[in-house]
Amino acid sequence: MILDSKVPSGPIQDAWDNHRFNIQLVNPSNKRRFKIIVVGTGLAGASASATLAELGYEVHAFTYHDSPRRAHSIAAQGGINAAKNSRNDGDSVFRLFYDTVKGGDYRSREANVYRLAQVSNNIIDQMTAQGVPFAREYGGLMANRSFGGAQVSRTFYARGQTGQQLLLGAYQQMMAQVNLGKVKLHTDQEMLEVVLKDGEAAGIVTRDLTNGQVRSHSAHAVVLATGGYGNVFYLSTNAMACNTTAIWRAHRKGALFANPCYTQIHPTCIPQADEFQSKLTLMSESLRNDGRIWVPRSTTETRRARDIPEAERYYYLEEKYPAFGNLVPRDVASRNAKTVVDAGQGVGPLKNGVYLDFATAIGRDGRDAIEERYGNLFEMYERITGEDPYTTPMRIYPASHYTMGGLWVDYNLQTTIPSLYAAGEANFSDHGANRLGASALMQGLADGYFVLPYTIGDSLSAKLGTEPLATDDPVFKEAEKDVNDRTQRFLNIGGTKSPDYYHRELGKIVWEHIGMGRNEAGLTQAISEIKAIREAFWKDVKVLGNGDSLNSSLEKVGRVADFMELGELMARDALDRSESCGGHFREESQTDEGEALRNDDDFKHVSAWEWQGDADTPQIKHKEELEFEYVKLSQRSYK
Amino acid sequence: MSTELNLTLQVWRQPGPDAPGSFVTYEAKGIPDDSSFLEMLDIVNENLIERDVEPIEFPHDCREGICGTCGVMINGRAHGQEKATATCQLHMRKFNDGDTIVIEPWRAAAFPVIKDLIVDRSPMDKIIASGGYIYAPTGTAGEANETLVPKEAAESAMDAAACIGCGACIAACPNSAGQLFTSAKLWHLNSLPQGQPERFQRVESMVHTMEQFFGACTNHGECAEACPKEISLDFIAYMNADYMKSKIKNRAKSAQI
Repeated sequence: MILDSKVPSGPIQDAWDNHRFNIQLVNPSNKRRFKIIVVGTGLAGASASATLAELGYEVHAFTYHDSPRRAHSIAAQGGINAAKNSRNDGDSVFRLFYDTVKGGDYRSREANVYRLAQVSNNIIDQMTAQGVPFAREYGGLMANRSFGGAQVSRTFYARGQTGQQLLLGAYQQMMAQVNLGKVKLHTDQEMLEVVLKDGEAAGIVTRDLTNGQVRSHSAHAVVLATGGYGNVFYLSTNAMACNTTAIWRAHRKGALFANPCYTQIHPTCIPQADEFQSKLTLMSESLRNDGRIWVPRSTTETRRARDIPEAERYYYLEEKYPAFGNLVPRDVASRNAKTVVDAGQGVGPLKNGVYLDFATAIGRDGRDAIEERYGNLFEMYERITGEDPYTTPMRIYPASHYTMGGLWVDYNLQTTIPSLYAAGEANFSDHGANRLGASALMQGLADGYFVLPYTIGDSLSAKLGTEPLATDDPVFKEAEKDVNDRTQRFLNIGGTKSPDYYHRELGKIVWEHIGMGRNEAGLTQAISEIKAIREAFWKDVKVLGNGDSLNSSLEKVGRVADFMELGELMARDALDRSESCGGHFREESQTDEGEALRNDDDFKHVSAWEWQGDADTPQIKHKEELEFEYVKLSQRSYK
Repeated sequence: MSTELNLTLQVWRQPGPDAPGSFVTYEAKGIPDDSSFLEMLDIVNENLIERDVEPIEFPHDCREGICGTCGVMINGRAHGQEKATATCQLHMRKFNDGDTIVIEPWRAAAFPVIKDLIVDRSPMDKIIASGGYIYAPTGTAGEANETLVPKEAAESAMDAAACIGCGACIAACPNSAGQLFTSAKLWHLNSLPQGQPERFQRVESMVHTMEQFFGACTNHGECAEACPKEISLDFIAYMNADYMKSKIKNRAKSAQI
């Protein structure tokens, strides 16, 4: 298979404009004759649905939540990047492009990232017009702040709830179209199959989560905006329902899955307190501006943090990285936390965290100043842990947060299945091997507002005059039968352990071997362990209740089954990529200073994996070579 | 160090929308006090599954207090006794060993039970669809800084926009009124310069939709008391003022046509 990225030729600055001129348009009066399915109502899905409906298309939006406003985009705290140069600090579209490619450790497609940077400013304008209450200066102009991985101030924000406010903006815009009858909203619907006719996407099959009804929906094009797969780790900062099922079902139908091993582990989360913990809560990265990270030098330390003298404290980031100190990038901070905890220097009841200490900052700036900067975060921390961070250092540890991998898409965001598109975190396209802070919101909205609505016309125009496939076509009936059979199969296993038990066990393997540090032996072991647990799962999982009513165990078990297959592919991809890059750290490939060492000669490509018909046959890898004409490849160093 | 609690739960179980429901008593043993309220329910459910009893269905998703999915009545109070705390952020260290906890779904005629503790809150989306937006089609916006927004306006809008749409205000209200939710969205948009052109059309339309589903407000203030985001009662006053004006302004507008 040849992966044609469809990147336009010519100078990168003109590529998007030229492409928009060259792609096929659909006449406004003809747009209403096309039906588009959008699965997911997060930033990418809601913005795509709203914009496609405004253009005149008939849009059907699906969410498994009871309301589209609950998608996990809502939890993003920090902000959204844009190249507005409003601080007059030398920012530009080219600099945002450059920072993003570099931050991704040179494993993303230049033309896609450039386009992302180009439309970043339109996003801020659009969201402001919709009433997103972005932070303001006293004069009424927009405020912004700086974020990791950049030397300019380009991050726009709405308190610590930027994701919430942007999602509400996109949701409201979509609801306006719902009111006009242009978007038909389907809530409580989980997509369980993509349906193909003659190799092309023809629709989807959904299950109504409130009553178990399985239905087919057909369309001229299908967009998957269903988010990332960070919950493969079981414990993550993702919401409980976040899953890989929609993109995994598409993968099983032939869509190539790109760079599954590129996952982001966020350095500042509250550590696990016990076996029953269900999720990990992120504490904003901004805390590292004033907090000092340390562990006791001794592995047998039992004193309270404040009783440990300075000389017996190991400020490992400040010692190892004098230039960047506590502000090293996410992947470096995460790996170093793992190193000290693995060495037995961890803190807390389970010795599974490191201290983030504000005593120095409080001594320097006063308690009031710290409270003004981080008051809400300190409160949140105290609520969860019962400890007061003004007097006792916070305990933090890294956690799975975001996945850069996803369905392979071309410049049009079309997957390898014609008429099937992927947007937002569900695709692989813009972040390479590591995502910079405040770039996820930007990409989700760029895809939904400014990219997909144009590019989708290219494949639609050829279908003018055709009706969507009838849902009584045998391909739909077969897919419905597959969904029903699978449901019945889960209910019939009648084993001994809950879906959560298997999810937890899978998560332990993925975290141990496909987490922050990866090596050949561990990955090989992970593949066989996941296989074993998958076999046990299919014999021993227990799902009570029935398929005809709301049954969260049944929802969960299908998602866990797909995570098992995905986990194995992650291990294979990580094993195959015997270099380190961004969030993918192969212990065999590091510099003398312990930094990720890329191997551009052998791995300057996207690994896109093709399903081979069943879960026991390993996927086959296809390569998309990456060309860098505008960005100079270099070794990252933060000393 | 974590200590463990032994609790008695009285949980509303209802197999489906049309089936009768009842309270069922469960023992919750060995609950770590570091766990959240929802993790306590996870533990109870794992034990139920072990004993072949169908687990309790409860609403939840992000578990960090922002998605608005979770919410149950805990000892008769929406989201429980802690102020400004969504159910997922309530932790078991706030309870005592030996406590009996009564857990019910949101109570409101407009929120019918789907199963156990999960209710249908779709009327809230209908209120938003009827006008809870600024109509700004993609691509039509001018440069963001062309319209100045005074810092106070942005902050005040943000205070209202912090609403997570959980429905606790409606569940806590003796009249099941939707005023706090509706007024929060109205103030978010009506207080910004961008929200002015549709201001009075918006308020009339959203209030009318609200009244189709929810009860009347009699100023008890239970809504603000229960709100996990401390949305202010003031917004209801602002909404009422705008609604009154809308009756004049919208009528004058139609007279001109």
